[in-house]
Amino acid sequence: MRAQSRTPWSNTVRTGLLGGVAALLLSLVGLIEASAQRAIITGVLSMGHTLLLLIYVWAAQQAVRRLAADGERQPSRLETLTHGALAGLLISAVLAALVLLGQVINLRAVFINASPALFDLLTLKLGTWLGGGVLLVVGVVLGLLVASLSFIPSQFRKPLVLGLAAIPVVSVLASALFAIRGLSLLGALILLVLVAAASYLWDLKKGAVRERMNNLTPTGQRTTRWLRWLLPAVIVLLLPLLGKYPSEVLDNVGLYILMGLGLNIVVGFAGLLDLGYVAFFALGAYTMGVLTSPEIQWAGARLTFWEALPFSVLVATISGILLGIPVLGMRGDYLAIVTLGFGEIIRLVALSDWLKPYIGGSNGITRIPKAVVGPIELATPQTLYYLIILGCLVVAFVTIRVKDSRLGRAWMAVREDEDVAQAMGIDLVRTKLLAFATGAAFSGLSGAIFASKLTSIYPHSFHLLVSINVLCLIIVGGMGSIPGVIVGSLALVGLPELLREFSEYRLMMYGAALVFMMLNRPEGLMPEARRKLELHEAEGGAGE
Amino acid sequence: MLYRLRRKISGTTVFMWIIGLGILAMVVVGSAQTLASGRYPSDQWLVLTIYGVAQGSVYALIALGYTMVYGILRMINFAHSEVFMSGPFIGYYVATALDEAGFLDRQPVIGLGIVLLAAMATSTTIAVLLERIAYRPLRRAPRLVPLITAIGASFFLQYTFRGLFGSGVKGYPEIDQLKGYWLIPGTQFGVLKTQGVVIVAAVIMLVGLYLFVQRTKTGKSLQAVSEDKDIAALMGIDVDRAIVITFIIGGALAGAAGVLYALLFRQVNFFMGFFPGIKAFTAAVLGGIGNVVGAMLGGLFLGIAESLFPNLVLDGLGIPAPYQLKDALAFILLVVVLIFRPTGILGERLAAKKA
Amino acid sequence: MKKTFALLALLVLVSTMALACAPKAKFQCTDKIGCVDIGPNEPIRIAYSMVVSGGDASLGTDTKRGVEIAIEDRKGELLGHKIEFFGEDDLCNAEGGQTAAQKLSADPKLLAVIGTNCSSAARPAIPIYCKAGIAMVSPSNTAPDLTDPNRPAEYFCYLRSCHNDKVQGARMAEFAWEKGFKRAATCHDGSIYADQLQQVFAERFKELGGEITAQEAVGPDDTDMKPMLTRVAATKPEFFYYPIFIKAGGQITKQAKEVPGMENVQLAGADGIFSPDFLRAAGDAALGMLWSSPDFSAFAGGYQEFLAKHEAKYGEKPLAPFHAHAYDAANMIFAAIEKVAVKDPDGTLHIGRQALIDALFATKDFKGLTGNLTCNPYGDCADPKIAVYQCVNADPDSWNPGADPDSNPKKIWP
Repeated sequence: MRAQSRTPWSNTVRTGLLGGVAALLLSLVGLIEASAQRAIITGVLSMGHTLLLLIYVWAAQQAVRRLAADGERQPSRLETLTHGALAGLLISAVLAALVLLGQVINLRAVFINASPALFDLLTLKLGTWLGGGVLLVVGVVLGLLVASLSFIPSQFRKPLVLGLAAIPVVSVLASALFAIRGLSLLGALILLVLVAAASYLWDLKKGAVRERMNNLTPTGQRTTRWLRWLLPAVIVLLLPLLGKYPSEVLDNVGLYILMGLGLNIVVGFAGLLDLGYVAFFALGAYTMGVLTSPEIQWAGARLTFWEALPFSVLVATISGILLGIPVLGMRGDYLAIVTLGFGEIIRLVALSDWLKPYIGGSNGITRIPKAVVGPIELATPQTLYYLIILGCLVVAFVTIRVKDSRLGRAWMAVREDEDVAQAMGIDLVRTKLLAFATGAAFSGLSGAIFASKLTSIYPHSFHLLVSINVLCLIIVGGMGSIPGVIVGSLALVGLPELLREFSEYRLMMYGAALVFMMLNRPEGLMPEARRKLELHEAEGGAGE
Repeated sequence: MLYRLRRKISGTTVFMWIIGLGILAMVVVGSAQTLASGRYPSDQWLVLTIYGVAQGSVYALIALGYTMVYGILRMINFAHSEVFMSGPFIGYYVATALDEAGFLDRQPVIGLGIVLLAAMATSTTIAVLLERIAYRPLRRAPRLVPLITAIGASFFLQYTFRGLFGSGVKGYPEIDQLKGYWLIPGTQFGVLKTQGVVIVAAVIMLVGLYLFVQRTKTGKSLQAVSEDKDIAALMGIDVDRAIVITFIIGGALAGAAGVLYALLFRQVNFFMGFFPGIKAFTAAVLGGIGNVVGAMLGGLFLGIAESLFPNLVLDGLGIPAPYQLKDALAFILLVVVLIFRPTGILGERLAAKKA
Repeated sequence: MKKTFALLALLVLVSTMALACAPKAKFQCTDKIGCVDIGPNEPIRIAYSMVVSGGDASLGTDTKRGVEIAIEDRKGELLGHKIEFFGEDDLCNAEGGQTAAQKLSADPKLLAVIGTNCSSAARPAIPIYCKAGIAMVSPSNTAPDLTDPNRPAEYFCYLRSCHNDKVQGARMAEFAWEKGFKRAATCHDGSIYADQLQQVFAERFKELGGEITAQEAVGPDDTDMKPMLTRVAATKPEFFYYPIFIKAGGQITKQAKEVPGMENVQLAGADGIFSPDFLRAAGDAALGMLWSSPDFSAFAGGYQEFLAKHEAKYGEKPLAPFHAHAYDAANMIFAAIEKVAVKDPDGTLHIGRQALIDALFATKDFKGLTGNLTCNPYGDCADPKIAVYQCVNADPDSWNPGADPDSNPKKIWP
């Protein structure tokens, strides 16, 4: 740990400058200016300022914490305050330098976002000199405020911090999901008080509640255990009540969960790195399109969604096996690039003029009918949601059953060591092909639902980035773990959807989050118990 | 292990060979029909090959970065395509500044040298930062974890560049001395001067790298580390230093490749690294990943295949608009090569010890 | 932590309910799909669904600015209410179009949507807006099927203010034939737009008696076009039409000059690369190049003023050719709202959704920047005037089509 050998001062300077660079980067890529359009508290605080604020809080807090962790003695209040203030000042200094530089030379010739609007935002519209000064003062004050947080006794500090954090979170959620533009000042204050109070009370009564739970009669305990399952189930079923758009987001998440569960078998269980998983998704969707759309004459068949569904899954499964055979003997990374190639081949062939008379080329296939259940056409996102949930349940059930079966254990054996697995009598070919086939089947199912959801499909929808996204979500969720896939989909598909307005910055944040996540939690958000154990064993073994 | 596997799965092996031979047969039939139709002058194939060599040498330079990092860390450095993009991007600002001052036309060699240096410095910095921040802490993590950080870093870099410098396509300045052709003796076709420069520069760099890796002490230490990190460390080799050197070389070559690419196509854009990156990675695998000479061969093969084969093969099979399918064709060829040589053209050495 | 989340969720719900209190209406709504009531201090809400990120962002930004200027021209007000203009990025693809539509159509006060930019985004989106009774006017969808007489009934709320591909591709073919070109080749990039345009061009050119020597295709991110161009050159065309986008279009333009046999072929593109950004990408090779594009000189007198306002507001010239269509789309909507809105004494507005859509379809001889707009029963409203422009100066800063007869690019036909 190199950080400990540094003096507290150099540490604080480092943290401050790091925060400054982060603030500079966010400013220059235009994120601050873009998010200034969105209010967190109407008329008081914009999201752009909130982002800067977060950097100040992070840096000052980091400086103060290092200081406390570092010395042999408790740092005095004055020291704490100075370090906090210094960190804040440094961030402001970097930003002020940017403003000043922007006045002297035309930064915009290179950095297109170094606009006057950005400078106005940073200087609070007070002009270069006054604004720059104010910026510095604000930095110091913020640093002091954050540092002084550490003087508050912890039972009050936590509720306060939670309450403050709730304001931007609720505001962003509300505006993303329900088109509410910013909280009112009063609303924000109420929210702060409510959350703080709730957190405070919970901390007080936590022990008592636990105790009562433990003292329940066996029947009571069984009821609570039931409730623990029933409650989430009811919530999941009621989610479409949130409205059309949240349901739409959940539908997209659901489709990715389906794909994620499939890829989880291939990569998570059997350890076969597949970067072309979108191919099966595309095949499922195109099969659905070809069999159901009235536009496609040559196929002859005009099936309904339910009639075509088995074919979609079947076509995906068979192609999973066919594509699996040539790669049987290939090692991890050869496998990765060849599967990536398969994905691209499918997309390019679907796009080509060659097959245009049959599957539409760039025009795609349109007028794919929606699924119909009894008298209901699943046309709204809310109704479609239940179809997707049903699909997820079926797939999750199959996954759970297979995981603990002979086949599931064979997959894991192959993942750990092919040679040993083979020596133990596992048929490598069959095992690997079954993994590809099952994974492909799930993906084909997802593709079929996707086609009927969109009613029109285009080759552009089956881009390599879909494969990469699915791979990322199973690893972020925790490889091999089923709850992990769900959490990963929510995090990597659901959350970015909420930040739709900032779509230009979405992938940037996504990328940063992936790196951050992997550095801090390489086992994923919801890791499989066994894998977590292995990982920590390895860490222990390495003596770190 | 592979041979054992093969003996065991005769049925699927046969199937694999049938696929492979089928594709090969189609390639032969297609080519024969195209040539027999006599629609294209014979010189045209030579010209297409030269285009392919120019494109392929850029792929080869990028592929070296992938293959060296893979050889030493056993990871796919997905963000290498952004290392490649960043160099010419910064180089663009240097080049336009020089061009506006008129320097680039007066002293094209020195001017290009400056642009090249700027680009290589940028790419190297980014490559080293990547290693330090995103990969080093994960050296003992499961293999997929650094792959994900690499993907994340790749997105982050792409969109940071986009945010900083805008999403538009930027046109590289043209150098007057590099307009036009050098005639190939005996034909009426010429090599574009830009292509000539690119090919020559790439060859110099490839040979230089080969000599460096094979002949110098540092090069040998890199080889040792890629053979076995732990034993190399026991032998007194600083593994961290060797890894950083790998990233420096890979970054510098990618930056140089970027400038050559910009010379050929005179466009930079934040997304420009993505496809060349994937192609170069394919080239590295094609040549046998981890193998420096293999990466060069793979790059050239891929470049030529992309430029020549759509016209040669698909045209004869009656497929319209064949250049739309050139990437698909490249991947199909990759599959064929890997069916017959599952570890790439020159990948034997690594195959023996399973990663 | 779990409890905190539950608490937060609860709070979200509570705050939503608090904010979503509806005013009581006295007005009797007789509209077939319902009415929108806008209280005295409430704004009139118009949304966009355009592509404002990614490689096609210039298209969306261009049209968005057109609408913004239209709103500014009214001082941001309509019938005494503020106009609130907001929207979603649809990423120019089907999924994006659908998700944006689900989000926007959930807004009960939304009257109309301006968008989408891309036809692939429009197809899944249109039925969603129509179902919600929201009128949709696109400034730049050019795929013919969207306003085909046989279009699905669920497209009933959809109109567009731009010409469709059938017009533009055919006009370019007529131009080429008129100028004495007998052999033409085309190339597209796998987008619906380019594919349709080159198809229409090829069909019309053959109809006129010309010969299409090759119909090629590339990928939008391809860089090495020389092999494809070599192949085209072998068929000896005189005219090469590639109605694609900036990145690949720039490459083709540049490399065509370097491929033996292509040096003297007349190059031509369409409005997708009719922008100064294209000159930046193509460099000097663009000199002499042709474009088919909306005829700016046929635009009504207000166009020069529009350009001046654009430059003053955004510090640059328009980025793509559809800003004027967007401006017209916005004004068509405003006029229709003015026609059908019922105003209470206290300022409350009542607008019937079907009535608004009917009013839009009834648009006749509407004086817009792009000409006199008259909507047909299938939603085509444009007054299609296509011109052919030629590049006379490769410097992007000189880009100013339609400013005067000689400005770059120069209008050469008709």
